[in-house]
Amino acid sequence: MKPVITTAMTTLVALGVISLAAPASAEIRLGASVSATGPAAFLGDPEAKTIEMLVEQVNEAGGINGEKIELFLYDDGGDPNKARTFATRLVEDDEVVAIIGGSTTGTTMSIISVAEDEEIPFISLAGAIQIIDPVRDYVFKTPHTDRMACAKIFTDMAARELTKIGMISGTDGFGASMQAQCHDIAAEHGIEVIADETYGPQDADMTPQLTKISKTEGVQAILNPGFGQGPAIVTRNKAQLGINLPLYQSHGVASDGFIKLAGAEASEGVRLPGTALLIADILPDGDPQKDVVTSYKSAFEGKYEQKVSTFGGYANDAFLLMTSAMAKAGSDAEAIRNALEDTSGLVGTTGTYSFSANDHLGLDLSAFRMLEIRDGGWALAE
Amino acid sequence: MDALMQFLLSGMTVGAVYALVALGFTIIYNASDVVNFAQGEFVMLGGMTTVFAHAAGLPLPLAAVIAIALTALVGVALNKLAIEPARGAPVVSLIIITIGASIFIRGAAQLVFDKQLHRFPSFSGDEPIRLLGAAILPQSLWVVGGAFAVFFGLWAFFTKTLTGKAVLATANNRLAAQLVGINTGWVMTLSFSLSAAIGALAGVLVTPITLVAYDVGVGLALKGFAAAMLGGMGNPKGALVGGILLGLLEAMTAGYLSSQYKDAVAFIVILAVLFAMPQGLFGAKHTERV
Repeated sequence: MKPVITTAMTTLVALGVISLAAPASAEIRLGASVSATGPAAFLGDPEAKTIEMLVEQVNEAGGINGEKIELFLYDDGGDPNKARTFATRLVEDDEVVAIIGGSTTGTTMSIISVAEDEEIPFISLAGAIQIIDPVRDYVFKTPHTDRMACAKIFTDMAARELTKIGMISGTDGFGASMQAQCHDIAAEHGIEVIADETYGPQDADMTPQLTKISKTEGVQAILNPGFGQGPAIVTRNKAQLGINLPLYQSHGVASDGFIKLAGAEASEGVRLPGTALLIADILPDGDPQKDVVTSYKSAFEGKYEQKVSTFGGYANDAFLLMTSAMAKAGSDAEAIRNALEDTSGLVGTTGTYSFSANDHLGLDLSAFRMLEIRDGGWALAE
Repeated sequence: MDALMQFLLSGMTVGAVYALVALGFTIIYNASDVVNFAQGEFVMLGGMTTVFAHAAGLPLPLAAVIAIALTALVGVALNKLAIEPARGAPVVSLIIITIGASIFIRGAAQLVFDKQLHRFPSFSGDEPIRLLGAAILPQSLWVVGGAFAVFFGLWAFFTKTLTGKAVLATANNRLAAQLVGINTGWVMTLSFSLSAAIGALAGVLVTPITLVAYDVGVGLALKGFAAAMLGGMGNPKGALVGGILLGLLEAMTAGYLSSQYKDAVAFIVILAVLFAMPQGLFGAKHTERV
């Protein structure tokens, strides 16, 4: 018997399963597949850490209605094929009752097909609107869509009477998708895009594009959808050229790292839509999200000695949603799905979630805060 | 007019980055006919090591020197552990080994360092220099200067020094080189350490502009490789001219046509050049003796 157990353990370790094999009497089996390594590691790494931390917390506190959570966590490395394999394994071998994960839109789409076929509730951590539009029975998601980011930015621009704008977008998936969504809804907000430039995700200099935009007659503001180094270089180049137009960045760079990379001087006055988590310290005391964000932030930063990120926040919210549904529904997949859809007014780090039969995102524009960078730190612009 | 000036300066900046990476390809290629696809990783290592050494409290120049020396050691290790054991294998196999090495180095960097983007301060501040209505960062001048310095260094090395000629001789005919008393094993080690050092120097110079993360090497190597092919693989002059030409092409296309077609136009021009001149602009004409 012993060699069999050893082999099984080795296999589990080799497969990259990190399971808290607590021999509890009754347990709820929770599955997760995130991109903890690979190109999307900056998303998946804090997500995996968050999920592990929260499972530990819940189990230490006695579990959900006395039942411990058993976590099956896989690292799909950002590869949609692996994500599909792991999702199948989660359902068939690990017999989980719910899945959290899908750090990228690609891996999410793979997991969706398994979750829908097997009728397992799934909360995605990826951005694209296609995940919940059209609504799928078993699929929910926690991050806001890039369409909402565009709407938030355009609302702020309209309030400052900036109606003619130039856009400079990254050609990576995130930048291209947001560029398209912003074009789609610009007219609704009375915004006219009169210059539209792009750059490659690895480009070192965007001064030609910015020169072109600033020379376009009548341009009043610049919007830069993208993430990674691009937005930091755009911000630096704009300061280098001395272009005196308001610059808007996307939620893709809503982190302290961005200010560090772009430099406090160059990023002064830059506005972007971000979540409450980013400004936990300056959030007024009466704010409904104050408690949630400060407790997550202190727990995460205390445990990992690493700054919280919006992405870890998505995982935190997905876990809160899932466990509160489990508290009501127990460990039956169908009951958990129904309880999830009935969620109303659950406060997370990203916003306040209220799902319904035709809305599996459950956030509105108030989830975004319009932030401005002042003196190398974040401030509320509103 | 000032727009044209800005496009020129931007093209020079980006072009010098490409040229620096392209120059790193030349030595190993000259010594062994191998295109080292881990060259981008040397650039990344140069940048990342400097970032972490600087963050640990070392002054920037010292951090840079340590980064270059460490990367040179990685180059030597790559030769000793991966290339030398496969001696006698066809060039294609060696190239595939370098691809494997690049994946390995990237993975190791992800673990040893981290997965975040980094930057260290520019050498001479961030106050842009105004020039005929355009603006250029002092760091760009460092990059351009660095590219030219490395070019002259390599040019002198290959034409004026015996060691440089030994490198060329080794590439030309390893057996004959051994017969005239050249230690070809040592030449290979030397060329890998020099290439790695040049790559690391490039990383140190460009990081304040391009930023650095464990995975920037692939993109840099791709553009550097394209620049080297355009100019003629193995020729330092080709690497310099190819890099700057590629940068200018991109900037002009972005400025006057559309930034959407920037990469496409650059690569179409490269294809056209290689179609007419398969060895690149300055490549040596090979005649196979049968």
